[in-house]
Amino acid sequence: MKTFAELNFPGRLIAVEGLDGSGKSTQIYLLKRWLEAEGVKVYFSEWNSSELVKSATSKGKKRELLTPTTFSLIHATDFADRYERHLLPLLRTGYVVLCDRYIFTAFARDVVRGCPPEWVRGIYNFAALPDIVFFFKADLEVSLNRILEGRPKLKFFEAGMDLRLSNDPYESFRIFQGRILEQYMAMSRKFNFIVVDANQHVERQQALVRKIVSERINLTQFRRRSPLPLPPAVPRAMPPTNKAKEAEEDMAA
Amino acid sequence: MKKLATNFSNIQKSRRFYGHGVPGVKLEEVTGKLIVVEGADGSGRSTQIARLVDWLEICGHATVQVGLKRSTLVSSELEKAQEGNILSRTTLSLFYATDFADQLENMILPALKAGFIVLADRYIYTLMARDMVRGMNEVWLKNLYGIALEPDAVFYLSVEPQELVQRNLAKSASLDYWESGMDLGLSRDMFDSFVKYQTAVQAAFRQLRKNYGFTIVDGNRPVGSITKELRKKIRALLVTK
Repeated sequence: MKTFAELNFPGRLIAVEGLDGSGKSTQIYLLKRWLEAEGVKVYFSEWNSSELVKSATSKGKKRELLTPTTFSLIHATDFADRYERHLLPLLRTGYVVLCDRYIFTAFARDVVRGCPPEWVRGIYNFAALPDIVFFFKADLEVSLNRILEGRPKLKFFEAGMDLRLSNDPYESFRIFQGRILEQYMAMSRKFNFIVVDANQHVERQQALVRKIVSERINLTQFRRRSPLPLPPAVPRAMPPTNKAKEAEEDMAA
Repeated sequence: MKKLATNFSNIQKSRRFYGHGVPGVKLEEVTGKLIVVEGADGSGRSTQIARLVDWLEICGHATVQVGLKRSTLVSSELEKAQEGNILSRTTLSLFYATDFADQLENMILPALKAGFIVLADRYIYTLMARDMVRGMNEVWLKNLYGIALEPDAVFYLSVEPQELVQRNLAKSASLDYWESGMDLGLSRDMFDSFVKYQTAVQAAFRQLRKNYGFTIVDGNRPVGSITKELRKKIRALLVTK
């Protein structure tokens, strides 16, 4: 498996991974804000968010219809849809794509659920590897507390209740998350995870993330040249860059 | 008919999944029979399955029928997505695999465990053949469908593409978009595309046959003679050796 850079894609993909409550979504959000402010063409994609597959997934989850196999396949379908329809075209266009969870989430979760690792990895082998993977590693207790404090009602699959680890959702969640963490750690080196200590302050983590991104990716290459947003563009929250302003003025003249 | 009193117990030795299978299944409990009928639209699959069900039930066998796009989990979503034709090939492939897995775990395996004869109106081979025509890698597909249980018999109703066209038009006066492979852009002419596509699918079936042996049944013959052949082969399967 190769990264997008190794495959000569003009774009770059950055993924964040970690347990629920590790703070990874906050970190990738802050990274996105920074890149946008830098004028970088950036697109954000979240695990399990494809419109097409969503109704099937939520039905399956609500009615508790999913087995480890269908749980795995329906998430793979969701991923494939986002990958083929959004990620690939954007990466070909030279975007920096940010993914909140990538194939490693499936590698960890599905295997904990009892799917054979080779099968799961085989299914996802159509996907190239990210150019950077940040793994946010908080103490298990820290992530558990963040989740359990903020959202006391755990959903069935989220708590891993389908694994019958415990009748108590909280206990089940703890065991489940512990096993997922083990899986993540076991693949950390193979996939070059950059492990970020998620027990630190948000700002410190973000400073580290930005530093690594700017060291590894030459961001100037990914700046917008044209003020015209390319479809499907991210809504532009930041002021246009100088170049963009000039272009607008030119057009007005 | 009396010969049909069956004892499946010593025919179970070869029961297996193609690959890793699905977690948590004890194969020795899977005591029924899985019979697959494959073939294009218009090959006579549904007709033959209906006839086989009649025959089997009159003989005292309990049957269950499954087919593609019939799962509770994703069938309606899959249908909807196909209407808009916005799925790319990997997505479509995985969507169908999810549909298959849902039926495998919730219909096929439970029925087989209860000693039923399961008649599948198409199985993984159609899914694989369609994907192969769309450029999906055969090794990838083999891994994906390693979840599938190996059937006791697979009958492929082989009908010439030109004959299929005639039958489909006689039935509904139109050709199905997907069965014509219109998403592939083989031709803007639907008739032309149908023939090209079905020819390619048949080639994919021939390729698959190397790894997944199935019985080819000449589907160009009258309905009755096909049923006769199928019955004969199924009878052999059900009678204790």
